[in-house]
Amino acid sequence: MNTTPNRWKRFSDWDERPLRLDKFAAEDAANGFAAFTSPADPKPGIGIQAARVINLDGVLEHEFDMIDLFIARHHIDPDVAPEAMAIPSSTLARMLVDMHVPREELVRLARGLTPAKLAETVGQLNALEIAFAYQKMRARKIPGNQAHVTNAKDDPLQLAADAATAVGFGFDEIETTMRVSRNAWSNALACAVGGAVGRWGTLFQCSSEEAEELLIGMAGFSSYAETVSVYGTEKTFIDGDDTPWSKGFLAAAYASRGIKMRCTSGAGSELLMGFHESKSLLYLEARCLCLQRAMGVQGTQNGGIDGAPVTSTVPGGVRELMAENLIAVWLDLECASGNDARTTESEIRLGAKIWPYLVGGSDLICSGFGSILKYDNSFNPSLFNGEEMEDYLVLQRDFEADGGLTPISESKALDLRARAVDALSAVLEELGLAIPTSDMKQSVVVASGSDDTRSFSPRETSVMSEKIKAQGITVVDVIKALAKRGFADEAENLLSVVRLRLSGDYLQTAALVRGGKVLSAINNPNDYLGPGSGYRLSAERREEIVNIRDVLDQKEVLRSEAMHEKEELKRIRYASVKQADVSHNTKDVVIGISPGFGLKLFQTTAGHRLSDVLHELVTAISARGLTPRIVRFKHTADTSFLGLSAAGLSGSGVGIGIQAKGTAVIHQRGRLPHNNLELFSNAPITKLAHYRGLGANAAAYALCEMPDPVIVPQRGEAMGSRYHARTAMIYAIETALTFESAAPEEIAIEFLSGRT
Amino acid sequence: MIKKLGIADYPIAETQPEKVIGARGIALPDVTLDALIKGDVTMEDLRITPQALRAQADIARAANRDTLAQNFERAGELVNVPQDFIMATYELLRPGRAKSKNALLNAAQIFRSTYNAPAMAIYIEEAAEVYERRGLFTIRF
Repeated sequence: MNTTPNRWKRFSDWDERPLRLDKFAAEDAANGFAAFTSPADPKPGIGIQAARVINLDGVLEHEFDMIDLFIARHHIDPDVAPEAMAIPSSTLARMLVDMHVPREELVRLARGLTPAKLAETVGQLNALEIAFAYQKMRARKIPGNQAHVTNAKDDPLQLAADAATAVGFGFDEIETTMRVSRNAWSNALACAVGGAVGRWGTLFQCSSEEAEELLIGMAGFSSYAETVSVYGTEKTFIDGDDTPWSKGFLAAAYASRGIKMRCTSGAGSELLMGFHESKSLLYLEARCLCLQRAMGVQGTQNGGIDGAPVTSTVPGGVRELMAENLIAVWLDLECASGNDARTTESEIRLGAKIWPYLVGGSDLICSGFGSILKYDNSFNPSLFNGEEMEDYLVLQRDFEADGGLTPISESKALDLRARAVDALSAVLEELGLAIPTSDMKQSVVVASGSDDTRSFSPRETSVMSEKIKAQGITVVDVIKALAKRGFADEAENLLSVVRLRLSGDYLQTAALVRGGKVLSAINNPNDYLGPGSGYRLSAERREEIVNIRDVLDQKEVLRSEAMHEKEELKRIRYASVKQADVSHNTKDVVIGISPGFGLKLFQTTAGHRLSDVLHELVTAISARGLTPRIVRFKHTADTSFLGLSAAGLSGSGVGIGIQAKGTAVIHQRGRLPHNNLELFSNAPITKLAHYRGLGANAAAYALCEMPDPVIVPQRGEAMGSRYHARTAMIYAIETALTFESAAPEEIAIEFLSGRT
Repeated sequence: MIKKLGIADYPIAETQPEKVIGARGIALPDVTLDALIKGDVTMEDLRITPQALRAQADIARAANRDTLAQNFERAGELVNVPQDFIMATYELLRPGRAKSKNALLNAAQIFRSTYNAPAMAIYIEEAAEVYERRGLFTIRF
């Protein structure tokens, strides 16, 4: 209720939009709420003496904090720095968007650039320029994507089914985490099995406590990690209970276990953790990213991540998320580019957020696309979730862009889920962990989310998980169990993923597995140098992307009409009597029907039978004591001309034109073609009562009355998106039947007993 | 793998699988499902080796990724370090865990002498020096 009378009510309308659930923050650099620049940000600068950095962005060596020290010693290449730092940032910014400057040259220069210089440079690009530069600078040519696979019950059966579905949709990586930390092992085992259904090569991560995560990796269940977070201020680092050296040590530890690893950093973390030093979000993030290159990690999960929502509250915050991703790839890091934590309740804002990444590609577009429903996401809802999966698939199709996913059919999804649940059940039984009932299994196979399942209780899952850990069950035991129970393909697939760690090929920058081959920045480098270069959709890949479900074609339209033809034959008979002539009977009203009306096409776009529509018109006209005449025109299928031609033959001078799809007009002899009396253009929402009103008004005009026009109310439906594909196909059927010199035919209609 | 590998050798598992040899001498093409079912292939045979990490370091360096190469080299040194010692060292590197520079220097010495891990030793010694400069050897509650 509007309790404030002196208020434009539109604001009340806006109050109700999901957008208004988002809270926005005022720009306030002193308190850390500044995206690109802050008075506290240092000016770029470097001092080098005897191959040693003695001044980094205005800080002298003896004042370096841990982050400065790590960057000065391990990131800055003293051979490159003087040259790179001497280039004005405006020139570097132009080089980033210049397709003639190759990526390698910019990557070489980045080794000599300080955090402040990197931030100053990308800050000069607008959002479109950042997106373009990102497309050119990202490390791997072929884009990829990552899914979250979790559920509110930590139910292993559902994890297996959802992992298999995610693999089916084409995700290159799947990541799980738990509601209850001791369920890490059952989550890991379940996702490893589910992820082995259908094809091999999807990498898997079990996000958990650092030591546990390493152990799970060593047991062979997981194949990558991205939980190693770094921060842009020393105090945040220490508060996070780590240092650059402890994190760098972990990076080596993961590699030593053959596990692919990237760090995580993103704008807003220092702000959320309270130690931002009044620096801008971008400058702090530039420090994080230089640090990561310095540590020798192959990549980063970057772009706000947990801090993305708070970053998005700041002016320019979303552009900042793009800018930090650009710094990441400029520093030659694999970039799992955020698009992860849900930054907004507005579907418009989230669609805009994903667009540059979808079109330009990214090593992993989302570092957690919620492949499950929002409430099942144990990380918190993602930018895109199970609910919005098809929106994403359609965006791929709209822009002919490879977002890393592939539509799958309903039957394939069901097959994958059933197979995964069966495979995991076999493993659980074989290893003495649990015996799932057929009801549990069936409930999970068809479940959209955990609300729909009747599966393991959280307690049962915890017991299972602790058993896996305590008994030292490894992936080898799981592979054997799969093989023993006849899941040979899944056993082979799972072994293939574990085998990756023997050579370590997938530890290189931006590695993923496609078609059984490791592709990384080494053997699939991004070679973008303008149109025609870089990643392009192949014909085969395009075919996969465009193949969404429920696509209409003319065959489908004709099939549906053929079904209605049988029905209409029982309801109405049309007989062509003679060539129609001009009448001098002032009491007649001509109803001009289109060429295919009742011959090829049998229902309006609103789904009304044409026999019913004609019956309404005829009844309404007759009710006023006038004579309805039906005339079929074959020289035109256009509503206006159908109406005008009908009026021309009509003794009263008033005619109705109606197309088979239901679009209609009341016309009058002598008027200009598009200056009709009444137009019924929204056939999909035109009801039978409206057609009756149409008939009545045509009669009224014939009787020289001035009736109230019939209004077909619309509520803002996107009529074009809902109906135009079908409409265009139907209209093409009608126009194909026209020929210019065709004479009008007087039609006798007879309503048959089949019409109720 | 004596000669330094380059970009053309990548991915090693595809260009020269027979040269990818596990900790117990089983080459990649012999790591099959049948062998695993028979018990001939165990978890031990599915671990990365120092040789593989050195090869990846060579490839990373050939691709102008020096820092990544160094990380692979440090990792190569950690392959045969027991998990407990790795986790203990990680713990020691966290803020306030080591009460003095010596605790870290001792750990570095163990890496150098016991595990033949000179690069990792240097890395930890650097941490010791930096932590001292930045006052990290204070008690944290």
